[in-house]
Amino acid sequence: MRGTRGRASGGGDTFDPARLAEVYRAEAPRCLATLVRVLGDVDRAEEALADAFAVAAERWPASGVPPNPGGWITTTARNRAIDRIRRESTRGARQAEAHGLLDLRRHSAGDASMIDDLGDLDVVPDDQLRLIFLCCHPALAREAQVALTLRLVAGLATPEIARAFLVSEATMAQRLVRAKNKIRHNRIAYRVPSPAELPDRLPPVLATIYLVYNEGHTASAGPDLLRTDLAAEAVRLARLLADLMPDEPEAVGLLALLLLSEARRPARTGPDGSLVRLADQDRTRWDRDLIAEGHDLVRRCIRRNAPGPYQFQAAIAAVHADAPSAAATDWAQIVTLYDQLLALGRNPVVALNRAVALAERDGPEAGLAAIDAVAAELPRYHLLHAARAELLVRLGRPDEARSAFDQALTLTANEAERRHLRLRRDAVA
Amino acid sequence: MTKYLLSVYPDPSVFTLSEEELAPMFAATDAFTDELKAAGSFVFAGGLHPAESSTVVDASGGGELTITDGPYAETKEHVAGFWIIDAPDLDAALAWAAKGSAACVGKVEVRPFQDDPA
Repeated sequence: MRGTRGRASGGGDTFDPARLAEVYRAEAPRCLATLVRVLGDVDRAEEALADAFAVAAERWPASGVPPNPGGWITTTARNRAIDRIRRESTRGARQAEAHGLLDLRRHSAGDASMIDDLGDLDVVPDDQLRLIFLCCHPALAREAQVALTLRLVAGLATPEIARAFLVSEATMAQRLVRAKNKIRHNRIAYRVPSPAELPDRLPPVLATIYLVYNEGHTASAGPDLLRTDLAAEAVRLARLLADLMPDEPEAVGLLALLLLSEARRPARTGPDGSLVRLADQDRTRWDRDLIAEGHDLVRRCIRRNAPGPYQFQAAIAAVHADAPSAAATDWAQIVTLYDQLLALGRNPVVALNRAVALAERDGPEAGLAAIDAVAAELPRYHLLHAARAELLVRLGRPDEARSAFDQALTLTANEAERRHLRLRRDAVA
Repeated sequence: MTKYLLSVYPDPSVFTLSEEELAPMFAATDAFTDELKAAGSFVFAGGLHPAESSTVVDASGGGELTITDGPYAETKEHVAGFWIIDAPDLDAALAWAAKGSAACVGKVEVRPFQDDPA
């Protein structure tokens, strides 16, 4: 069972302990989002949630799972939190705590009339949005945003997050504690940003989800090319965000981008786990359902006509998904989309991707010139050197190609990518 | 409400400007302080003499007292002034800091005070 301190096994004959884990998986993040609002503190909410699941593990084997398990958990957690405050505190401190709790409630709910009913436990979708924006507050470092989002919004346990990012459990636990302290000490508000604030507040949320996906898509180090768990979590988070903010085209664009990338996953690795380039992928292995869903979302974005970087990237992924083969890809359309993406803001990685598409449209010479034009900005980016190497191969310049592959090899620690690069280098005539 | 310390780290170019060139910055800074007062968010503020004017005192070792020509931190960037404000949450404090930063032409560090012992 993920992240609870409760006992998963009970004494009942008919109760399946797996049911508890299922409820945890389905309900815990939503319950937590509501508890943070009601209790006014992330740590108290986490503690109360764990308490409630411990009670569930004790009672459900005899009583059965209640009809509304999420509501049961939230109510039980709230009651346990109040018990805990009474039990742990001296009278004076208890009053201060109760006062602080009410103060925080007023503060977060922004509605003085709600102060008296500590019982407002309805799970409202806004709570999850509040939690997402809290975890991705710009005052928190990116790695803290990622860790908090995976812990609190996705409901992953700390050891799982530590494993995914190849750091020790102690390091990840400390990172989470520090981030939660920063939230508490600075009194970061538990609220959904106003429409006027969204242009500043939404991008870090999108970037966090995208980073989680990318880490799952191509691990920055380690033996495997893909870390499927993280990619799946990122897709779940993107889906949640797009459901909660259906009128934000970039939220929809991010979901489309992730679905269209995820659709190619089955073809991205060979049977031995090796990397297969887009041009060489068996396109019959692409997931057609995900592509159809991604296409629908891209069309929804186009109708809305409020373009943004994630929407353009999704549109580019959609053009690839449409092509029966690499050669039959509409490269002119892809170059145009990259031009539009670059018009929103200069980004050397996007310029590199455009150069690769340009090589397909206008030939390797044009592509190489475009890569060399951004090389100074990305000296340590292995994919730049790998792309240069491939074009040098096509231009019949083997010595330069080999040295470009060598350079790429010194710059990535991902074993699958290294294997691929060595094979390509050794194949240069 | 929480109190936040807004420390100003000025752009180094500020130190090369003449009094006359600095006048608009001082005027904007005063106007910002007045705005804080009008909003009821002002607690305290002050501008500091240059960091070279400071002295470090150390009695932490027990018996021996040392007095050293400061500043303490070996850096070129020192706090040049500060505001202490009262704000309902960090977002409100950050919004004040953004205004203050534009007014005094410097980076502003926002740091919360611990709660008053009740």
